[in-house]
Amino acid sequence: METAILETIALRHVYSAGTPFEKTAIGCVDVRINKGELVALIGHTGSGKSTFVQHLNGLLKPTSGQVLYNGTDIFADKKTTHNIRYKVGLVFQYPEYQLFEETVYKDIAFGPKNMKLSDAEIDDCVREAARFVGVGEELFEKSPLELSGGQKRRVAIAGVIAMRPEVLVLDEPTAGLDPKGCDEIINNILEYRKQSGSTVILVTHSMDDAARIADRLIVFSEGGIFMDGSPHEVFSRTEDILRIGLDIPAPTAIAEKLRKLGLPVPEGIYTSEHLKDAVLSIKKGGCTNA
Amino acid sequence: MLKDVTLGQYFPGDTAAHRLDPRTKLVGVLIFIIALFSAVNWISYGIMLAVTIACIAISKISIKTITKGLKPLVVIIILTGLLNLFYTQGDVLISFWVITITKQGLKRALFMTSRIILLICGTFLLTYTTSPVALTSGLERLLKPLSKIKVPVHEMSMMMSMALRFIPTLIEETDKIMSAQKARGADFETGSLAQRAKALLPLLVPLFVSSFRRADELAVAMESRCYHGGSGRTAMKRLKMGSIDYLAFTLGFIMMFGVIALAYFGL
Repeated sequence: METAILETIALRHVYSAGTPFEKTAIGCVDVRINKGELVALIGHTGSGKSTFVQHLNGLLKPTSGQVLYNGTDIFADKKTTHNIRYKVGLVFQYPEYQLFEETVYKDIAFGPKNMKLSDAEIDDCVREAARFVGVGEELFEKSPLELSGGQKRRVAIAGVIAMRPEVLVLDEPTAGLDPKGCDEIINNILEYRKQSGSTVILVTHSMDDAARIADRLIVFSEGGIFMDGSPHEVFSRTEDILRIGLDIPAPTAIAEKLRKLGLPVPEGIYTSEHLKDAVLSIKKGGCTNA
Repeated sequence: MLKDVTLGQYFPGDTAAHRLDPRTKLVGVLIFIIALFSAVNWISYGIMLAVTIACIAISKISIKTITKGLKPLVVIIILTGLLNLFYTQGDVLISFWVITITKQGLKRALFMTSRIILLICGTFLLTYTTSPVALTSGLERLLKPLSKIKVPVHEMSMMMSMALRFIPTLIEETDKIMSAQKARGADFETGSLAQRAKALLPLLVPLFVSSFRRADELAVAMESRCYHGGSGRTAMKRLKMGSIDYLAFTLGFIMMFGVIALAYFGL
């Protein structure tokens, strides 16, 4: 078994406990995230994904249960909880709203500065992070407020990457961007992962993105884990996914339709590559291929 | 943490206190305050206490909510009590070292603290049982005569209702930005006062930026729905006084004149 870099045990979180507004956001979540994995968390709005990821770096304290980072409880003492934020970098939804410094450079340097690194190290981190997200050095002296929406988003992501976290958690990094911007960010993340070898957890609504890039999918529904497995496993159960109100990737939907028309398309297709192979094999082999 | 603020919060309900016209409640609180400040003896304070308890009972607001609301003001209440207790001249009850407690002081301390507590309870009841929208439209209607002398009553009440509307939004936003900065290692809780003030910068700057953006968006949204100020504007929910309002007014005035009479014709 691979080593789990992050693990949650019976994690439960209740908002406003003891008031009339009490609400269980997540109940009893057990997850093991292995080192180097790219995990996509999918689920409906309000299914508990965002609450879940805020536990991973200790921003939210669980009502009950534990979060382990490399086997140690991150809530063991205050110092551990604080330091875990540098190990598990969390990029919030719409992170561009957190930009505050006068210049792009200073904003990206905020995290490393809090880590009390030396100036040379900070400079290193900032330049590296900016390169990963495709922010050119000519933007360094600009005010973050002057940038376009997509650029702001990237600067904000760079601000977290600059802390060189072991685990990078991104909460819907592509929300509200145009298709081209989405693709660029996703490619940046893939490139970052390839070069740094860090673990990436991606919260997303885009099934196509999840299918395309993730090694593993975790599907949340109503505060619990509904499915956990490889994209192939998860997208073989299209009925279940549709039942809890989620979408399936476009290639999966096309494969479904073809199957309904009586063509022998296998289950568990989730990328356009697979779909292409399946369709071509039908063309070649007639109706004998399954 | 920030979400636990109950000060001025509205608790939806369907009691007689909730159904009263907001104007009745606003004037009622005014009457209540006048009566409270006219009260000078045990009987009048007794009446005020009884009225307050009756109102709380009618509105079905739990005592726990009320005490929770009083909590932030405990220091002021205690301070008022102590100052009155120690600094009133009169017949000495106890005296040691520099402290002297007089009979009059004791009475005054008791009266003053109950005055403050009742005052807070009364005004809390108003906000607890009246939605912000109802409150501002009531206020607008009450102040309408002032628009004859060019006071921008409608604009003021619009500003007030918008401010109230955005309090929860801002609290949520603050929470979110705080979490985001904490995720980058910002520390809002430790350090000297100067350090902490400086640590607020990453919170305040984005908050200001987003507030301006919101204000801008709201202005555009209002203009595109043809908002142009108060003249000729009608209301979707028209305020209407019912028999319950007249009853409340009658009882309120009886209370006020009763308490004033007690004060001036002495008992």
